[in-house]
Amino acid sequence: MDNNSLLKMRAIDKTFPGVRALQKVDFTLNKGEIHALMGENGAGKSTLIKVLTGVYPKDGGAIILDGKSVNIHSPQDAQKLGISTVYQEITLCPNLTVAENMYVSRGKGPLTNWKKMNADADRLLKKLDIPARATQQLGNCSIAVQQMVAIARAVDMDCKVLILDEPTSSLDEQEVEKLFGLMRDLKALGVGIIFVTHFLDQVYEVCDKITVLRDGQLVGEYEIRDLPRVKLVAKMLGKEMDDLSDIKGEQEGYHAEDAGSRVFEAEQLCSVSGIKPFNFYINKGEVNGFTGLLGSGRSECVRAIFGADRVTGGKVRVNGRQVKIHSPRDAMKNGIAYLPEDRKIDGIIGDLSVRDNIILALQVMKGFFKPFSKAQANQFADEYIKKLSIKTASADTPIKSLSGGNQQKVILARWLLMHPEYLILDEPTRGIDVGTKVDIQKLVLELASEGMSVTFISSETDEMLRTCSRLVVMRDRKVVGELSGEDLTQTKIMSTIAGGE
Amino acid sequence: MFKSIVKKITGNQLFIPIMALILLAVINLIVDPGFFKVSLGKNNAGNPVLSGYLITILDYGSELAILAIGMTLVTAASGGQDISVGATIAIAGSAMLRVLCGTNSRPDAIQAPIIVAFLVACLVGMLCGAFNGALVSFFKIQPMIATLILFTAGRSIAAWINNNELPIVPDPKFSYFGGFIPGVPIPTTVFIVLICIVVMALVLKFTNLGLYTQAVGINEKSARLNGINPTLIKFIAFVILGLCVAVAALIKVSRLSTINYSVIAKDIEMDAILAVALGGNALSGGKFNMWASVLGAYVIQFLTTTLYKFNVQSDALAAYKAVVVILLVFFSAPKVREGLGSAVKKLTPKRAGKGEA
Repeated sequence: MDNNSLLKMRAIDKTFPGVRALQKVDFTLNKGEIHALMGENGAGKSTLIKVLTGVYPKDGGAIILDGKSVNIHSPQDAQKLGISTVYQEITLCPNLTVAENMYVSRGKGPLTNWKKMNADADRLLKKLDIPARATQQLGNCSIAVQQMVAIARAVDMDCKVLILDEPTSSLDEQEVEKLFGLMRDLKALGVGIIFVTHFLDQVYEVCDKITVLRDGQLVGEYEIRDLPRVKLVAKMLGKEMDDLSDIKGEQEGYHAEDAGSRVFEAEQLCSVSGIKPFNFYINKGEVNGFTGLLGSGRSECVRAIFGADRVTGGKVRVNGRQVKIHSPRDAMKNGIAYLPEDRKIDGIIGDLSVRDNIILALQVMKGFFKPFSKAQANQFADEYIKKLSIKTASADTPIKSLSGGNQQKVILARWLLMHPEYLILDEPTRGIDVGTKVDIQKLVLELASEGMSVTFISSETDEMLRTCSRLVVMRDRKVVGELSGEDLTQTKIMSTIAGGE
Repeated sequence: MFKSIVKKITGNQLFIPIMALILLAVINLIVDPGFFKVSLGKNNAGNPVLSGYLITILDYGSELAILAIGMTLVTAASGGQDISVGATIAIAGSAMLRVLCGTNSRPDAIQAPIIVAFLVACLVGMLCGAFNGALVSFFKIQPMIATLILFTAGRSIAAWINNNELPIVPDPKFSYFGGFIPGVPIPTTVFIVLICIVVMALVLKFTNLGLYTQAVGINEKSARLNGINPTLIKFIAFVILGLCVAVAALIKVSRLSTINYSVIAKDIEMDAILAVALGGNALSGGKFNMWASVLGAYVIQFLTTTLYKFNVQSDALAAYKAVVVILLVFFSAPKVREGLGSAVKKLTPKRAGKGEA
């Protein structure tokens, strides 16, 4: 087994201010192996990857590649050694073309043969079946396509070790399948693939081995057939979960109370984003959702409701009263809150502290001339840090130094603090570990039982089924159906999305 | 323990300007301790005045300190700088003179109360700020390009306001603002700066200007989704800078009781930007520390005064300031700071170890 090993990381240490991100972590990758790296948010997966790719310098330990000890000081070093990475968040340049993104900083000489570059790019895109043209500006492609371009770039670099850090979180199922096909091809060629993901199904579909991290420490390395799902989740969470039944067993405490009263109603609403005019309503204490494939217009619908995209037509009623919502501020005044899909771009204010990020929305509502006292702000922050168990060194820590899941909780705290009547959650669980996912789902149901109306959007249909009592189905930027009651099944949703007779 | 204290000190935004100040002070102390001598004398009119290099620094750093306040806000909100402040000082100053002197450039008495002239200057300054702000916030033009317009045209506009004449204010009271009030030995400018700082501190305390500005500067999209109007915030930042410009113009014009359109406040925009940078504020916007910028302004004046004392030609001043900029950029680079951090760590291995345990 040892002679087959491609990459060995031994006793890796990494400390950040206030956090020991990695403690004596070992990791071994063999040739032609797809190896899943699993763990909760903040377990150290991303840090380990970044140490391997030279983004962070390691504080201790050794990296052995092909039997030779190597020092990796920068992503360029890693690239030269044949270690390529596709990160969770897209790290390409949106204002360059697809081809430029694929070949940027890889030229041998000072000159670039643009024609050849574009031709090469087109050939590769075609081979991988990626729907993009070489000369297209990357920013104009959908997130999924951008992600695939990033993978194409890595593939083209003849890498020995390919790291995929959450590559599938923004892909829909067909695209995921395509990616898996690609991964199997590469595996057959002897490439070692490190696959970081939160999707358990995907791990069991494509991986050979699993390494589990927890709180910066190695839990263990397992053959995929020796580790059933339940055990894997238990390993990741570090306890034999009682809640595990809740992950599978659907029923939760449902909302009771006064149903029927319309909290929000939209008629022929449309916005500049190009969605077809749609009708929509939500009742008090109801949890509903928009579902559909990626790019079907789910996010655009809720953005129109919140006024995040410029609304071009339609009527809106809040609690039966007709109102005009031109901007997020108007929506907030009417008790609507919106947790955006892309937390890095639309959600967090990176350099500000966790505290300022939490109080921001409520502060804006309170008014420009009425800032909260320091004590009041601290009290709010502490309350929600505790309530949502946000892992942060202190309320003064800049939000950007938190892990993805904890950032998400901070943004959630921001909107909960506003005590909205109607809460819109767009992909709140994207890129978040199983434990937090369940927490958020439970929270949604709890909030609804207290009378809040919630619209929940998720790429994972089973998550939607677990939380929502009514689903609006979308296809090609159009509402094509509405499902509730007994119709809420995977197959029914699929067939509505597909539009088959 | 020790390590964390060192880190706290070096990590503070005020660290760089204070270190620069100490460095300058020490150099002066070694070369000539007389630098720090402050004496109470009498000026030509027989009024008591304090004199000495330190007083000079406090006095002549005033315009820069006031501009640094506004420039910090503009930088934080827009992620760019206003390079037209020197030219708009000329405009606001010229407008002030126009009101004071009327159409006659050599009047026997002032034609309007000083306060009216000052208010008109404020209005003009804020209008200039509003013009820049509108270009940046509504039309999304890069701040440096947007303000290039007034930078180029400002001094001509200033000359045009007074038909290219150089009016002289006859009332000696007008010279109090840039000089001394009879009987008060401290330069009036010091009080003006103090008023500006207190007003700004109150604004920051009793409004959300600071939070909103930073939010917009760090992540505009996200700020909008939280109900903030980024366009308005950027616009306001430029208008506030316009107000600062008017106050600086009052001091500048008062010092001479007249104006020289092509020379007044020349190159002050670069010093104001340097003050913001010296204060450790990112020129790309976002988080800011206003007081660090103000301190940075005085550091620049300290440097200028020191160089004058060493008889450096005024033409050569720019070259010395360039050296400061280079050092500043070097020491605030993340790579260097990291290196310094680990050097400190190596110097104190045992204590650092204990501190961690």
